[in-house]
Amino acid sequence: MAASDDLKHLDAARWRMAVGLTATMMALYFGFILLVAFGKPLLGTLLGPGLSLGMLLGALVIVAAWVLIWIYVRWANTHYDRAVAALRGRS
Amino acid sequence: MTGGVTSSLGEPNPIAIAGFFVFIALSLGITYLAARRTRDAEHFYAAGRSVTGFQNGLALAGDYMSAASFLGIAGLVALSGFDGLIYSIGFLVGWPVVMFLIAEPLRNLGRYTFADVVAFRLRQKPVRVAGAMGSLAVVAFYLIAQMVGAGNLIRLLFGLSYDFAVAVVGVVMLTYVLFGGMIATTWVQIVKAVLLLLGAFLLAVLALVPFDFNPLMLFEAAAERYGGGVLAPGGLVSDPVDAVSLGLALMLGTAGLPHILMRFYTVPDARTARSSVSYATAFIGIFYLLTFVLGFGAMVIVGQDAIRGVDAGGNMAALLLAEASGGAGFLGFISAVAFATILAVVAGLTLAGAATLSHDLWVNVARSGEVSQREQLQVARVSSALLGVLAIVLGILFEGQNVAYMVGLAFAIAASANFPALLLSVFWRAFTTRAAYLSMLTGTGTSLLLIYLSPAIQVDILGNAAAVFPLRNPGIVSIPLAFLVAIVAALAWPEPGAARGFDEVERRVHLGAADPV
Repeated sequence: MAASDDLKHLDAARWRMAVGLTATMMALYFGFILLVAFGKPLLGTLLGPGLSLGMLLGALVIVAAWVLIWIYVRWANTHYDRAVAALRGRS
Repeated sequence: MTGGVTSSLGEPNPIAIAGFFVFIALSLGITYLAARRTRDAEHFYAAGRSVTGFQNGLALAGDYMSAASFLGIAGLVALSGFDGLIYSIGFLVGWPVVMFLIAEPLRNLGRYTFADVVAFRLRQKPVRVAGAMGSLAVVAFYLIAQMVGAGNLIRLLFGLSYDFAVAVVGVVMLTYVLFGGMIATTWVQIVKAVLLLLGAFLLAVLALVPFDFNPLMLFEAAAERYGGGVLAPGGLVSDPVDAVSLGLALMLGTAGLPHILMRFYTVPDARTARSSVSYATAFIGIFYLLTFVLGFGAMVIVGQDAIRGVDAGGNMAALLLAEASGGAGFLGFISAVAFATILAVVAGLTLAGAATLSHDLWVNVARSGEVSQREQLQVARVSSALLGVLAIVLGILFEGQNVAYMVGLAFAIAASANFPALLLSVFWRAFTTRAAYLSMLTGTGTSLLLIYLSPAIQVDILGNAAAVFPLRNPGIVSIPLAFLVAIVAALAWPEPGAARGFDEVERRVHLGAADPV
């Protein structure tokens, strides 16, 4: 019974992580798309020669995707895998 | 060439032809080795589950970095600047979604196709039939895009006729799939991914030589020549609703592409599935950043008029840049890489379509799962051959279609037909058989219908004055509708057996199948 409660906990934790990270990615990406649609002059602002705000933000969305994946992998490789191994060992 | 450009495009290029034959010889060698190891369905569909995370990351990247995105996005950037970046980002942000929501549960619950996961605790037949319709629609649209791209590219590069080029691609890729199955397809994909990344990197370095290897100086030169507008959003996103619709389709569609999902079965466990997405996302992100530099390089070094002169859509920008900065020899190398790219992607698609036909429809629906290993393998090969022929026919029938647009539609169907049912089946206890098939049929049907009613078909192709449905991409309607239908159907007609089966889903999602509990 205890093992099944632990599984429920693990399940809840995994989906919280997954949904939170997915929502963050969606917010960043659609934020960028809406800026492209409604803030064209703003994104055209030059931050320096050859670099506009839009290009910087666009590249940052790609970097954000990498960072979110890194956060997930770090969490999964340590906390999640350890919990899975513990569950396997006990049941 | 028109437009006063000196380019050898369209004339036989000895290095391209040599590179093309070297790649074919190499990939047939791989196929020969793989064929000796392809003994059963487990090998044919899933490469014996022996692929490592790094290898699968490259193979996933290979499946995803199609010639359409290499040539198409570089062309888009070359002609419109910043706007090309919007597409690149859309293609990339689908990967975190695959990672967080799909990859590991898929690996732990299924065997060969994504319908394995959806049907896990539901009634097999209706779910698999509906799933097959969505998968086959996605594979067909994606195949059309790749075959049309292949035909055009080879005609331009080697001066061969379009039909002949399409047939060559079909026959060569079918050889990989038929004899080497997933092992050959994976290795062809890995070789191609390495070549493509290397080619794009070398090309970007060459393009940056005149700019002290500083991309910002290249962008500045572009702004000086074509105005600051190339660094700012332009006309691509003129309708915000359409932009969000396309964005949704790109973001959620990746997690519904049958040939991508199938790759997660080639690794031994969920942890390896996880690491393969990390590698894939890193490679794909770098590739798109390089493509952005290539597009600007072509804009400045080749010039927009010259690019338009060769192909109005800009699809040849990367190749013209290769010739301008590296000479005819380098053009030959990049052309051979582009050809390898198409072959590999078409092989992956054909294998995914064949898995749907044979594993879902024949084995689990027609024969209710009672099939010998020998028969499974035979049916898989017959299905592959049928799809290979279909690919050639579709490629010839749809000559002249816009390649990037067809890929966008394939993503919209994948996001509407496959993604909602797949997600809900691993996520929601109350999900039911009826909810699954109604959602998949709604997603497939609505996206196909809205594509037919969209301006791209009604105005551009049929020549009507206006379209019934105003958007070019159906995602914003068809994806929420597929979710809504699933939720309403599940609440209206509960299925106690499916809810009970969810305990096992929950256990398998985390602990995998190998666990003896």
